[in-house]
Amino acid sequence: MDLFEYQARDLFEKHNVPVLAGAVATTEDEAFKAASAMGGKVVVKAQVKVGGRGKAGGVKLAIDANDAKEKAGAILGMDIKGHTVHQVMIAQAAPIVDEYYISILLDRSNRTFLVMASVAGGMDIEEVARTAPEKLAKVPVTAVDGISQAKAKEIIAQAKFPADIADQVADVLVKLWETFQSEDATLVEVNPLVKTEDGRIVALDGKVTLDENAEFRQPGHAALVDHAAANALEAAAKEKGLNYVKLENGQVGIIGNGAGLVMSTLDVVAYAGEKFGGMRPANFLDIGGGASAQVMADGLSIILGDPDVKSVFVNVFGGITACDAVANGIVQALELLGPKATKPIVVRLDGNNVLEGRAILTAANHPLVEQAETMDGAASRAAELAAK
Amino acid sequence: MSIFINSTSKVIVQGMTGSEGTKHTRRMLASGTKVVGGVTPGKGGQIVDIDGHQLPVFNSVAEAMAATAANVSVVFVPPKFAKAAVIDAIDAKMPLVVVITEGIPVHDSAYFYAYSLQKGTTQIIGPNCPGLISPEQSNVGIIPANITKRGPIGLVSKSGTLTYQMMYELRDIGFSTAVGIGGDPVVGTTHIDCLKAFQDDPETTAIVMIGEIGGDAEERAAAFIAEYVTKPVVGYVAGFTAPEGKTMGHAGAIVSGSSGTAQAKKDALEAAGVKVGQTPSETARLMRAILGL
Repeated sequence: MDLFEYQARDLFEKHNVPVLAGAVATTEDEAFKAASAMGGKVVVKAQVKVGGRGKAGGVKLAIDANDAKEKAGAILGMDIKGHTVHQVMIAQAAPIVDEYYISILLDRSNRTFLVMASVAGGMDIEEVARTAPEKLAKVPVTAVDGISQAKAKEIIAQAKFPADIADQVADVLVKLWETFQSEDATLVEVNPLVKTEDGRIVALDGKVTLDENAEFRQPGHAALVDHAAANALEAAAKEKGLNYVKLENGQVGIIGNGAGLVMSTLDVVAYAGEKFGGMRPANFLDIGGGASAQVMADGLSIILGDPDVKSVFVNVFGGITACDAVANGIVQALELLGPKATKPIVVRLDGNNVLEGRAILTAANHPLVEQAETMDGAASRAAELAAK
Repeated sequence: MSIFINSTSKVIVQGMTGSEGTKHTRRMLASGTKVVGGVTPGKGGQIVDIDGHQLPVFNSVAEAMAATAANVSVVFVPPKFAKAAVIDAIDAKMPLVVVITEGIPVHDSAYFYAYSLQKGTTQIIGPNCPGLISPEQSNVGIIPANITKRGPIGLVSKSGTLTYQMMYELRDIGFSTAVGIGGDPVVGTTHIDCLKAFQDDPETTAIVMIGEIGGDAEERAAAFIAEYVTKPVVGYVAGFTAPEGKTMGHAGAIVSGSSGTAQAKKDALEAAGVKVGQTPSETARLMRAILGL
């Protein structure tokens, strides 16, 4: 889960990473109040989870609270690369003399954590890596060793930070590690980390990504979820404990078991759909290995509630849960749904007890259900039905 | 031969007394796997009867190894306790630890992976994986044992159900070993580790490699194939239609910006001489063509 800048700022503050005063506002009046309380000049910053908001006009300096209200009015509702601005952060303005960069992230390729630090802050770090790699220190850090004060000093020296601020920056790095570790983050990035006129080192803008697998020990993270951005179908699916992702411009609803098989099913439907006017998958839905009748019914009801869906493809490989159990699940699910089941459903069962499973569906003879023997054939039929 | 496990493998189950642990211990035993005991801290000394097999329960992996000479551990404990369980196994110098558990925080898996490297005596497979099977010899994890038989194909995959699907498509030919390495961002055993083992395994004559979006494991595997693997490899990659920035079921299955796309993986594999199928069925046909069947 990616956080908004203001949420990252709040987490930094919680872990004693130095930040400037900041408050979130969703209306012009809230912006006015926040700026009044802060006093002096403030920066009004669009809160969107996408880069390049400065260039898009989403960050503006305001000379006082009235100006902040006006600037907030201009920014709220703005569209930045397809993201609508619902919130702004009112941040204290500070005179900056230098900008730096620090991040800690999960390095999947090397299966470890990585610190990146540079004295070239305030710009796109991938650009720095490309054009001036000598200015970017990349230091692997293991989860076992972490970042001690000594390790932090070593990294900061390697990144060639000026001697007069090196200790301060090393302190910040240790606190960022504490944030990264204790919040179960997979990314903590400060860009820029700045030196102010009065010599302080401050995290001016931050990005944080949190590991959703750690929710069970991070009770505070639930409050950070951006419900406004969640798709209604995704929210309903999540409530039922289903692993569902809505896809744009799709017509074929997909249910399958196992993340890999479902991803594969989406691809196979898209290929098959090319022959039927470009029919595409409408969603990802993995009902897992168990595939009980209730889970099947929940999944079908989410998919049938999607107005984009014209046909449904149920693709199940019977492994631990054999095909006869899955077939019974489908039959019972359709009984549970009753008249709510309105769209054609193509079922492909394969794997253990496949003949018994197919026989159960044949015997049930549901008017909306038809079977196909192969995944490719079923995808083609589901696309054809969606195009009708 | 086979890779990683064979008919002599002695297996203990961490979390055997839990519902998932018991269910899959039963299935592993039914397929002929030598399960020799279980570990549940605090329940040491109990004997559990599973389908007539009297299995001792130990408090720690070290105790279990001392009493049973087990050389493989399979972990079914819930995410909250998984880190402690895997560290217990590493401390006991267990040679192979297969972590089935889904939903382990990546800080925990990064920790036990780094710890295993420091100790240098344990190979981890997973987490968030179906385990591995050498058909008719040993089955460690949750892969259905009755899909196929022993044979010449080696298979490595991030995905459980795609592993089953591919085993099913090629069930008449059979497999030396099928390894599900897991769909998490940090896994203990990679495609490369399995490709190397299959290349070096005399029983394996051809390899199927299944990948999916996220990370660059497939690109690295492609480079390794070009350099090291002389046996024929066919590939499949899932997730061409996955949107950027969305996690597709597996914690590691996410396209971030322009990195981790299925197209990039397919291109890298093809550049290394791997034939890549557009669907699982086509991939199976490519394998048949290579084997002349």
